[in-house]
Amino acid sequence: MSADFKGYKGKALETLKSFNTPVWSDTIVKTTRGDFHGIILPRSENDNDHHIVLKLITGYNVGIEIDTITDMTASSVKEANYKIPEKEFPVTPGLPNLKLFGTGGTIASRLDYRTGAVIPAFSPGELYGAVPELADICNLSTEKLFAVFSENMGPKQYTELASAVGREIENGIDGIVIGHGTDTMHHTAAALSYMVQNSPVPIVMVGSQRSSDRPSSDAALNLQYAAKAAGESDIAEVMVCMFGPTSDEYGLLHRGTRVRKMHSSYRSTFRTLGDTPLAMIDKQKITPIKTDYHKRRTDHNVTVTPVFEEKITLLYYYPNMQPDIIDSLVDNGYKGIVIAGTGLGHVNKPVYPAIERAVKAGVHIFMTVQTLWGYVHMFVYDTGRDLMAKGIVPTENMLPEVAYVKLGWVLGQTDDPEKVRQMMLTPVADDITPREPYNGYLVYQGGVPEVEAFIKRIKR
Amino acid sequence: MTDIDSKKEQTVMIGNQLYQYTKKELDYLPISKATDQTYADLGFKCGLEIHQQLLTDQKLFCRCPAGIYQKDDDYDAELIRHMRPTLSELGEYDGTALMEFRTRKNIIYRIKDENSCTYDIDDTPPFPLNMDALEKALEISLLLGCNIVGELHIARKQYLDGSIPAGFQRTGILGIEGEIPIANKKIRIIQISIEEDSCREVSDIGHWRTYRTDRLGMPLIETVTYPDMLTPSESAEAAQYLRYLTRSSGQVRTGIGAAREDVNVSITGGTRVEIKGVAHIKWIPELTHNESFRQKALLKIARTLKERVVSPDSWDIKSERLDIDGANYLSLTGISDYEFHAINLAGFGSLIGHFTQPGQTFGDELAQRLKVIACIDHPNLASSESDNPELLHKLFDTVRDLFGSTEQDAQLIIWGPPEDIPTALLTIKERCQLAFEGVPNETRKSLPGGVTIFERVLPGPDRMYPDTDSAPIAIGDDLIECCRERMVPPVSDRIAQLNDWKIPLHMHNYLLKRNLVALMQAVIDRLLATPIFVARLLTQEFRRLDNYAKGRTLPLSRLTELFEFIKEKNLANEILFELLQPALINNKTSLSEILEQSDYEPCATEEITAQIPMLIEEYHQLCPKKIGNLSATTRWIMGQLRPKAIGNMPLAQLSEAVRKGADNVG
Repeated sequence: MSADFKGYKGKALETLKSFNTPVWSDTIVKTTRGDFHGIILPRSENDNDHHIVLKLITGYNVGIEIDTITDMTASSVKEANYKIPEKEFPVTPGLPNLKLFGTGGTIASRLDYRTGAVIPAFSPGELYGAVPELADICNLSTEKLFAVFSENMGPKQYTELASAVGREIENGIDGIVIGHGTDTMHHTAAALSYMVQNSPVPIVMVGSQRSSDRPSSDAALNLQYAAKAAGESDIAEVMVCMFGPTSDEYGLLHRGTRVRKMHSSYRSTFRTLGDTPLAMIDKQKITPIKTDYHKRRTDHNVTVTPVFEEKITLLYYYPNMQPDIIDSLVDNGYKGIVIAGTGLGHVNKPVYPAIERAVKAGVHIFMTVQTLWGYVHMFVYDTGRDLMAKGIVPTENMLPEVAYVKLGWVLGQTDDPEKVRQMMLTPVADDITPREPYNGYLVYQGGVPEVEAFIKRIKR
Repeated sequence: MTDIDSKKEQTVMIGNQLYQYTKKELDYLPISKATDQTYADLGFKCGLEIHQQLLTDQKLFCRCPAGIYQKDDDYDAELIRHMRPTLSELGEYDGTALMEFRTRKNIIYRIKDENSCTYDIDDTPPFPLNMDALEKALEISLLLGCNIVGELHIARKQYLDGSIPAGFQRTGILGIEGEIPIANKKIRIIQISIEEDSCREVSDIGHWRTYRTDRLGMPLIETVTYPDMLTPSESAEAAQYLRYLTRSSGQVRTGIGAAREDVNVSITGGTRVEIKGVAHIKWIPELTHNESFRQKALLKIARTLKERVVSPDSWDIKSERLDIDGANYLSLTGISDYEFHAINLAGFGSLIGHFTQPGQTFGDELAQRLKVIACIDHPNLASSESDNPELLHKLFDTVRDLFGSTEQDAQLIIWGPPEDIPTALLTIKERCQLAFEGVPNETRKSLPGGVTIFERVLPGPDRMYPDTDSAPIAIGDDLIECCRERMVPPVSDRIAQLNDWKIPLHMHNYLLKRNLVALMQAVIDRLLATPIFVARLLTQEFRRLDNYAKGRTLPLSRLTELFEFIKEKNLANEILFELLQPALINNKTSLSEILEQSDYEPCATEEITAQIPMLIEEYHQLCPKKIGNLSATTRWIMGQLRPKAIGNMPLAQLSEAVRKGADNVG
């Protein structure tokens, strides 16, 4: 076996080579700060070249500064080799058959305790080893479609995923679960909402905000909830299933077109905006909140339209935006722009000429609101009326990211302005709702006495 | 045939009789009667893990203030979590961990905005490590003489009990291989780490455990020694030294819960058992003493079992559900839906009631595990070897018939909610199987009175994972030098200094643990006071106020201010005894005002001594018999003049003048 110096570079690499102590060597390191005894670990590629990493017998890792090292003696090499044991996922007659698609997010995994690397568990056998409760909910088969981080999911993956989902439905699966990184889960949920319509079974996206290698992870519960939703619920829609409150109490099923990640790290980060979620879910039951959803059917019919025009963008407006921003989009061949405008859907006057130029060049421009909640109302002020006159189309209460995904999907099918406009404004899966319920916008303000009283009483 | 068996041929002992008999048979001694030889014979070994909070403004991995505490029922919000065991190194779940998970503890956290944030509840990744805490911890690592690491790597140490909402504690090694001196030897230090403190438990009832998060995340150092202590008193001595050492740095918190000891004990043939959270060093000797005898008892039980049971590997419990109304047998309420199960433990006759620690038998080991693992509150079992009421006693006769038990068997009846029974039966089986091996690896909780109860199974070594949320922190020579410059002298030097000053031994503990030696040095130099005067002032008057202040830390800065004030006003030192209390209690009032409010009135030395001849005359008239009795005369006159003299002249000088005057007259 050739000597392994994984992750080491520069001075650290030279030092390890000069003492002939590759990684995994059980080594005594003599330094000007005293002796250290442990196993040399691989080093993270991003860390500097001034230190080597040792795992002490107590299980702790420490770094040793290269300049303090006077001698190193290796006694043996102990390479670690870790694998999650596969246990055959049991097949139980009477339980729903589910398909789990993997996109690269790690739903279940454990850390390689030596390197810190995440070993993902994905095959049914591995998942059964990690979340044995799944076997009480469903019969599971899995398919790993991609291995990309959430932020690298894009049109290519959307279309492939939609086609794969369509195939499974046609083959008669009882429900689909899709494991996904959380950062762009709502983009993919929107894409699937458009590309896979009229599904007879639930299509449930799931992820975790705390990695599954920690005891407090939300991964196992989310996965159980998602499997239960996919297998048992009669909501045949594209949904996101994630924690409701930060407490381990219940999950929420959000519609794929109304859901958004709202906090960078909270477990309860996914919220339905401008509406209520579809249902609550816990280990015992699924409690519907809405009633007007597509019901599960027994046929295998589904409409899959896996297309996407990539030359589109989502432009977040800010005061003093210069017209050249829009000009350069046109110059670069962009075919569609979704603007997240201020307030009711506005941008400043200096960009008007650029908008005119863009529309004249055949670019489709749609307006959403950066307030996220509420409708675009472009009739209220002159600016709004001006903008509409210049060809910007307001998109009611569609979320900016959803409008972006929808525009890509629409332009993948047509570039006739009237057709595009008509498709954009035709509601799909409640991406546009005719009315906003009184409880669709609830961002409680901390510190207010009645809110504090609520928070104290209700475990969030 | 064992002693118990031969004895049993005559009568079957149960209850207190069995307890007393097995206690005697084990040669249990109270700690007062034990000698070093007792521990040498047992093969006693003890190591310490000392946790000490650092004195910082903020927590370790977030910007919440440290040291802002809340009462149990004072909170802004609550949340619920469950801890799920993660796969072990070999990709398997730890059996007990999974069992604990199956029974499902609902863990509630009580959060108060002023001391906790979203990091504390594991909803935000860690912020960069608090560098103030790191420097303070480094200073103490240097005091311990440790080899300092080149880079601090943060690890995640898993805890499934819920005491940390993340399910793991962030911790990292700063130094290894130090040492501290105790009377006749050196105790080696394995390592010192910097870590975040855990939650405080509010309650633990059935399936509900409640914590508050005020203490969570506060910076802590953990010092771990080798098992070099060979007697309970050495253990306490080492703990005491480490306390003096951390306190001497001036960088640590004091007060209740600011320092906690975990004590590891083993004897020959036994296993390392960790006694957690010992709040007082004075408890250590008794706890370690009793633990060593508990291990001796468990080893003896194991020997007896192996003699009786031919193939321990296939040993199993036998159990049957009893169709009885528990209320007829037990004076318990709220058990109407409980199930009752009888268990036969083959070969355990006279062992369930066997002494393990003062006031506890082997049966308690089972009951305690039922409480922790199966979440069934006490009382949760009855044993055929307790002094049972008549009706229960008869029930056990029925149970014996049911199983066809022999005299070598013991029987239990356990009860609890139906959903907890499978875990309960598994728990009994597992603990009894462990009894064949002797001492199980476990963490135990200390109780007042020097005994312990089961807390949890000792976690394995693979609960350490690198923290992927934090980058390593380089600890360069510059940082070390900077900390070394601030370093205080070693505690051993301070003890030598106290001896040098001839400060009586009984004053040492307080002066060292309150870290007052450096202050003494300054006062002695500045006020030209004698060491013994300063030691008396601190260990008597200051200590009295300190005790009175219970928990609140008296400001040493005020003490220094007072000394400066005395010096500046040119007052005699004795007035310190008068001013200390008002100065410390009203620490917002100026010292001049405090002096004004006291009985002190400025008066020239001559004016005071001028009264001596007159007073001698007065005393002689009052007590003609005492004429010529120099000490009586002096004493009386001192009594008259002391109030006036205090602060105006040293009392020694006054006493000398009085003695001279009386002598001249006498």
